Amino acid sequence: MFGFSRAQLISLVILIAVVIAAPFFVYPIVAMQVMCYALFALGTNLLMGSVGLLSLGQAAYFGLGGYTAGYLVQSLGLTPEIGIVAGGLAGGLLGAVFGWLAIRRQDIYFAMITLALAQIVYFGAVQLTGFTGGENGIQGIPRSALFGLFPLANDHAIYALVAVVFLIGVVFVHRVIHSPFGQVVRAVRDNEPRMVSLGYRPASYKRIMFILAAVLAGIAGGLKAMVMGIQTLSDVGIATSGLVVLMVLLGGIGTIFGPIVGALIVIAMQYYLAPFGAWVIVIQGGIFVICVLVFRRGIVGELAYRLKSPL
Amino acid sequence: MVFGKPLPLLFGQLLLGLINGSFYAILSMGLAIIFGLLRIINFAHGAMFMVGAFVTWGLLTYLGIGFWGAIICAPLLVGLLGLVLERVLIRPIYKLDILYGLLLTFGLAQVLQGLATNFFGVSGVSYDPPAAFARVVNLGFMYMPLYRGFVVFAAIIVCGGTWFVVEKTRLGALLRAATENPALVQSFGVNVPRLLALTFGGGVALAGLAGVLAAPLYAVNPGMGSDLIDTVFAVVVIGGMGSIGGAILTGFGLGIIEGFTDVFYPPGSAVVVFVVMAIVLLARPAGLFGKAA
Repeated sequence: MFGFSRAQLISLVILIAVVIAAPFFVYPIVAMQVMCYALFALGTNLLMGSVGLLSLGQAAYFGLGGYTAGYLVQSLGLTPEIGIVAGGLAGGLLGAVFGWLAIRRQDIYFAMITLALAQIVYFGAVQLTGFTGGENGIQGIPRSALFGLFPLANDHAIYALVAVVFLIGVVFVHRVIHSPFGQVVRAVRDNEPRMVSLGYRPASYKRIMFILAAVLAGIAGGLKAMVMGIQTLSDVGIATSGLVVLMVLLGGIGTIFGPIVGALIVIAMQYYLAPFGAWVIVIQGGIFVICVLVFRRGIVGELAYRLKSPL
Repeated sequence: MVFGKPLPLLFGQLLLGLINGSFYAILSMGLAIIFGLLRIINFAHGAMFMVGAFVTWGLLTYLGIGFWGAIICAPLLVGLLGLVLERVLIRPIYKLDILYGLLLTFGLAQVLQGLATNFFGVSGVSYDPPAAFARVVNLGFMYMPLYRGFVVFAAIIVCGGTWFVVEKTRLGALLRAATENPALVQSFGVNVPRLLALTFGGGVALAGLAGVLAAPLYAVNPGMGSDLIDTVFAVVVIGGMGSIGGAILTGFGLGIIEGFTDVFYPPGSAVVVFVVMAIVLLARPAGLFGKAA
């Protein structure tokens, strides 16, 4: 149905059930954080999985989305949906420029270039204090009413908004991957010279995927700023770029549900291991290393492999 | 006065640029050597630099070995750590996609930095320059802390020495041959896996040496490597990883550009290297000294 395989459809139903049930069992803020990062990771996986490009600078779009939404809602008094959409647009615009530059090189170089470009955004965020608040970040972003009508101050109200955006994101990413466009992108990944000889322009396909990933990152960043009411420098830093890559790797590169499971585990880990300070970083790094050495399919990827069905 | 700036200020920034350039050059050279043979971008290179600085501090604090002992021992210890890491973690992934090496070393860098933070705290420790260099000399046009001059001098010696070994000796010839065609070199009876291990060990030993040089200059702290590594990556993209000489020239050149940017447009100094990278990508995507991929 809608291009979903049987296993994917069952997973989607389970996911929707979990999303609906979650706020009654866990702290809604944490559940919302998981969904924001999952949306961010879904976009990153479009690059890692379908295009086969590793970006180490996705935090630039995530952070810019958050700053844009935070600034518009707090300083200009606009409504949340405008902030979130503008966050996605800002991420996408930056992605268009940076993608245009980074696509000129492949694999290793691509990763280093995306990292270096993201550092421009980071240092920009440090210095443009009028927009970003510099070291202090943007604090106390109000949860104004959605469309000026529906109040979001209550955690459960904003939860509904985040859940809807997140689930639309999941279906959208699935559609992109299984569309003819997604097929071409995967064909480019597997054999670029052949696609060139068939008359395709690989660069423009990669660029569009890069922009889509940046838009999703921007929307996720904007949502997260609304949820937390605060936007700080750590959201544009290299650590966040690494975190989202870890989520994709741990969940399963190239799967639909992998990034969601990855986001759930990584955020839960950060939340529960917070009292142990820097050991969280050590453990995260260790998971990175173990995933690369012995668990390259990731959790959902391994499950899909056992079930012989894409997930 | 030149361009409306006092001359001592310009020379001071030139020296600062040369010092930063020294670290860029040594680190990007090590990255290029490792990448050339192993096809792995060592994200943990900055962490190795940080480990080198902490080892220098540890040698003095726990064993009473001073700077001159550390400049020999610390790179050896870091190189040894490199050999172990290569054997345990990196050798199993040689056959995999090139990106897994980056992911693995990224995780490794986090582990090392996290451990250092646990043991030494975020602000780290401090280390004094060797007594012989703890003074300032008057060069006539500027005052120069002697240790800073020594760092630039040492970096030039290290870079020149490494260039000589790689380009002019038999070992270097083997290394370059194995970069071109490892299977053929192995068929001539060369132990290529050992050569790979030694290359990784040697490359990170260079990072360790840079860490020794940096210890008296900066606060020895867990983040010192990660602060540097993204600039070094940009240097590597600008120079291309094709040649050792290219890495050295690009490293020093960008350090100087960064230093002068700080004089004429201070807010730009943090990003100038990245902006140069973007321009180079537009004009020469393969890098200044790179061969088209």
